[in-house]
Amino acid sequence: MRSQASILLLLLQLFFSLLSPSHAISTGSGDGYTIYGRVKIAGNALKGYGLPGKISNIKVILNGGQRITFLRPDGYFSFYNVPAGTHLIEVAALGYFFSPVRVDVSARNPGKVQAALTENRRALSELVLEPLRDEEYYEIREPFSIMSVVKSPMGLMMGFMILVVFLMPKLMENIDPEEMRRAQEEMRNQGVPTLSSLLPGAGRSS
Amino acid sequence: MVLTVKVYLLLFVTLFASLANYGFSLYEDQVGLMDWRQQYLGKAKHALFHSSKSGRKRVVVSTEENVIASLDLRHGEIFWRHVLGPNDSIDGIEFVLGKYVVSLSSEGNFLRAWNLPDGQMVWETFLQGTNPSKSLLLVPKSLKANHETVILVFGSSCLHAVSSLDGEVIWKIDLTENSVEIQKIIQHHESDTIYAVGFSSPTQFDQFQINVKSGELVKHHTATFSGGFSGELVSVSDDVLVTLDATKSNLVIINLRNGEIGILQTPIAHLIDELSGSIEIVPSKLSGLFAVKVDSRLTLVRVKGEGELEVVDKIHSQATLSDALLVSEGQLAAALVQHEGSHVHLTVKLIDNWSSNFIDENIVIDGHRGTVQKVFLHSYIRTDRSHGFRALLVMEDHSLLLVQQGEVVWSREDGLASIVNVVTSELPVEKKGVSIAKVEHNLIEWLQGHLLKLKGTLMIASPEDVAAIQNMRLKSSDKSKMSRDHNGFRKLLIVLTKSGKLFALHSGDGRIVWSRLLQASHKSEACAPRWLNIYQWQDPHHRAMDENPSVLVVGRCGQSMDGPGLLSFVDTYTGREISSSSQIHSVLQVIPLPFTDSTEQRLHILIDAQSRAHLYPQTSEAISILQSEFSNVYWYSVEADSGVIKGHSLKRNCIDVADDYCFESKDVWSIILPSESEKIIATAARKLNEVVHTQAKVVADQDVMYKYISKNLLFLATVAPKSSGEIGTTTPEDSWLVVYVIDIVNGRILHRMTHHGSTGPVHAVFSENWVVYHYFNLKAHRYEMSVVEIYDQSRADNIDVWKLIIGKHNLTSPISSYSRPEILAKSQSYFFTHSVKAISVTSTSKGITSKQLLIGTINDQILALDKRYLDPRRSINPTQAEREEGVIPLTDSLPIIPQTYATHALQVEGLRGVVTIPAKLESTTLAFAYGVDLFFTRITPSRTYDSLTEDFSYALLLITIVALVIAIFATWVFSERKELQDKWK
Repeated sequence: MRSQASILLLLLQLFFSLLSPSHAISTGSGDGYTIYGRVKIAGNALKGYGLPGKISNIKVILNGGQRITFLRPDGYFSFYNVPAGTHLIEVAALGYFFSPVRVDVSARNPGKVQAALTENRRALSELVLEPLRDEEYYEIREPFSIMSVVKSPMGLMMGFMILVVFLMPKLMENIDPEEMRRAQEEMRNQGVPTLSSLLPGAGRSS
Repeated sequence: MVLTVKVYLLLFVTLFASLANYGFSLYEDQVGLMDWRQQYLGKAKHALFHSSKSGRKRVVVSTEENVIASLDLRHGEIFWRHVLGPNDSIDGIEFVLGKYVVSLSSEGNFLRAWNLPDGQMVWETFLQGTNPSKSLLLVPKSLKANHETVILVFGSSCLHAVSSLDGEVIWKIDLTENSVEIQKIIQHHESDTIYAVGFSSPTQFDQFQINVKSGELVKHHTATFSGGFSGELVSVSDDVLVTLDATKSNLVIINLRNGEIGILQTPIAHLIDELSGSIEIVPSKLSGLFAVKVDSRLTLVRVKGEGELEVVDKIHSQATLSDALLVSEGQLAAALVQHEGSHVHLTVKLIDNWSSNFIDENIVIDGHRGTVQKVFLHSYIRTDRSHGFRALLVMEDHSLLLVQQGEVVWSREDGLASIVNVVTSELPVEKKGVSIAKVEHNLIEWLQGHLLKLKGTLMIASPEDVAAIQNMRLKSSDKSKMSRDHNGFRKLLIVLTKSGKLFALHSGDGRIVWSRLLQASHKSEACAPRWLNIYQWQDPHHRAMDENPSVLVVGRCGQSMDGPGLLSFVDTYTGREISSSSQIHSVLQVIPLPFTDSTEQRLHILIDAQSRAHLYPQTSEAISILQSEFSNVYWYSVEADSGVIKGHSLKRNCIDVADDYCFESKDVWSIILPSESEKIIATAARKLNEVVHTQAKVVADQDVMYKYISKNLLFLATVAPKSSGEIGTTTPEDSWLVVYVIDIVNGRILHRMTHHGSTGPVHAVFSENWVVYHYFNLKAHRYEMSVVEIYDQSRADNIDVWKLIIGKHNLTSPISSYSRPEILAKSQSYFFTHSVKAISVTSTSKGITSKQLLIGTINDQILALDKRYLDPRRSINPTQAEREEGVIPLTDSLPIIPQTYATHALQVEGLRGVVTIPAKLESTTLAFAYGVDLFFTRITPSRTYDSLTEDFSYALLLITIVALVIAIFATWVFSERKELQDKWK
């Protein structure tokens, strides 16, 4: 007898929830309301770090940790016995950035949907939560390129050296031989040592 | 010289800070190089063994940290784990249908089914009752109701039958009207009938007979017993219950046979000779037997026939019993664990034939695990078809051990899931003669290693090479050595857990160096110790280098605030308890003073319930130090309930007690907040050991601002009492948040600000001259973070050169908390996306490196957010000069850059706190986060500007040098040849 009544009640509830136009978020039951919602992640494959990604590791959090619930295999979640007022729902899923959602549970007209993402103030017609973006926790290693080697301090050193070795003689060649001789003369007078005289054993050759 | 170095460092810091948008980021292959995470569960409440014919053997546990987890029975590793909400404590777990585990939580409100292999939640049912009551979970055996198992849940005075397939409520009976406190639900001999039994008054016993299939209340019997009932109702078998009478001197046997209630009483004295101390019935389900615990000694009693009692066994040592377990057809066994010195004696006995032992094993268990608190027994068939047993032991230190064949197969230190607080200790200095070598084996290996690394950086490494590189890096034995290192990365983390156990964790790899259960030496008849906090006691640096550092652990007897205090001093190198004092004066507050004695013991004062201050260490030297600083000792107390903040100082020696170390205190000031409009919800103060590099802050246009740096500042946040509840229950109109910055020496309110339409919870962190706090803005319905920076205006005109020359500056005037300098407080607010669980700030050894906030988010991750994002000088359009200085253009919300998560792709489940410790290397902060999990990492807020990074390629450097040398010789040869040719010309 009792079970029949309860089944009838359940059926009625189901019927009304189907009938209402906008995926009833809150239905009255006793002193509180129930918030139904769904978390949807595009591309069924969840990212996994180390372990295969699981929908079971996603948590849905009401009002900053007041209540925590988990997702059913189909992605649905519910908070029961929620008092009328404005609430905040957050989704904790590794690898995804979810905006917190503001949900108004109205006491006057139960069943009315009012949900909005707080990050971009976008209103939701039904409580289907999707990640705003993926989160990548690691830096991506730049693929090997010649530029990265050249840019590194050692690369710069080598580059400069090559520059000096190969370009300096070219520069010398371009100088007017007359001037060059004068400069050499001057240098000799001043006694500026040449590269070879600086090196060990250079003295012997001169 | 030092100054120039500092200037250079500063230059470097600013340079790097401007180069790097964020200081902290990680490549995927760097995971585990400088961070580690450990996963725990907490103290096990229930355990269920699951062994299917095929597949892995597992044990499902639920714990006091609201964790439900499936563990590998062979190794103790976690298959899956879920941390429920903080108010969602688990009342019971059961298996249904052989593939789900159902958990009942929140006092019987939530019933959830988890898929056993992967931990996916299959269904969740909210069971609404009427009155709060005890919650019970029962899965009736072999009950084929439409080929599905029914789960019976009693909670909030209602009995529900729930389908195990989809969680649908099949029927519900409200038992409120009879005002019966239901104690037990019993299935009657595997039939459709169940009994719900309980007491409706101290003398009346009630029994409801319910049909499981239809949910009909068939009968309601009552029986009165003039002796009255007390204590829990324990079921001995399907139709016999036992409890104690009101005087606790008689056993009351309740017989439910034939639908009638028969009540018999037997004086306990008939069974047990010595009756002293507390008497209780052990709530183990032993089917036919029950155990009476008299003053921690167990007596096992068998109920025969119509209530005749027979003593089966008397156990004189401390013992723990498991529930009865069905071993084979009709044979039930139970485990009994007794302590004998350092051994644990495990016996498994048949219920019907208690004198014979199935197994009888002695197990050696580490003495620092305390006594066995719970035993869960599991049987298996050995290859020779005999019965083998495994037992899961829950120890006093909350650790979990699996024993089999007289040995500990695995153990888990689950006490670490409930850390109270953390301090750090340096490791011993490396002794001379002990060689450091063996790290690099020989030059060739070293070169090979670096060549591999080079390959890695050039991205030409094969997968095997990559694996080899990773292995090489993780294995680097450098980080886990037991000695102090040059950079100060290696430390001991001394943690205190709820169970009263101290652990020393090595910061390199998180292994336990030593552990000590303080409980053991302090537990007594009169005192059930509860350990409150841990403090740095002795930290030898300059003097007393040969002394080992030590910590002070403060505890209290019992739950009440004025219970006698307990002190324990523990050596951090060995874990030895140096000294301890039990049952001293009460301890309300512990205040470490900024003074140390000649052996570098820090002076502490402990405030008792009579607001007297007791000085520690109790030496004459300590007194003389305190006497010289007598008038400079100030502390504060916050009474959150009454809204009073008081400042105290020392007055004189105690008059009524002849104790030189006892001082009376006086109230210096007090602030009383109006209780109808403000309720204190959060306080924050600066860390005692924080180092500030400079008071001056150079801002754009060569201007200088002086930070108001005082150690005596307190941040206080209050909310409207109406909105002090949860977020969903208040409206923006009647909620406000008021923040104060108070000088605790003279009670001056330096800054007060009201955020209208905002509410808690508030998490705040105070550092240098700024405070950052996180709260909820109800108007925008988003979380916000605000920063308040305090500047000293009285020093602001010192930049005038003329004044400096004439000598009218106050640069040399002493900084005193008695003076009332003019201050300037700047503030700014930003939106922040997530809820916050904890907030902390990096700290470095010299305070030069820029700061990062470590924000523990609701996702159990730790975000490292640069302090520059929380700068009141941010504006929408910063000037060119400000941009150069590093002021970021203002945005309405704080950025969340995924790469800046210090926890990268890990979570620290159940995060409760983040502790930062400066390393010796200025650029680096060590961060330790604790909750159900532990996480440790190194954070470099301005990148590692003072050391080479981990992936620095020495091989490339070597190649460059070689190339340069070759080039030099080549050019030399060329130049010589050229010169020769010139000469021949």
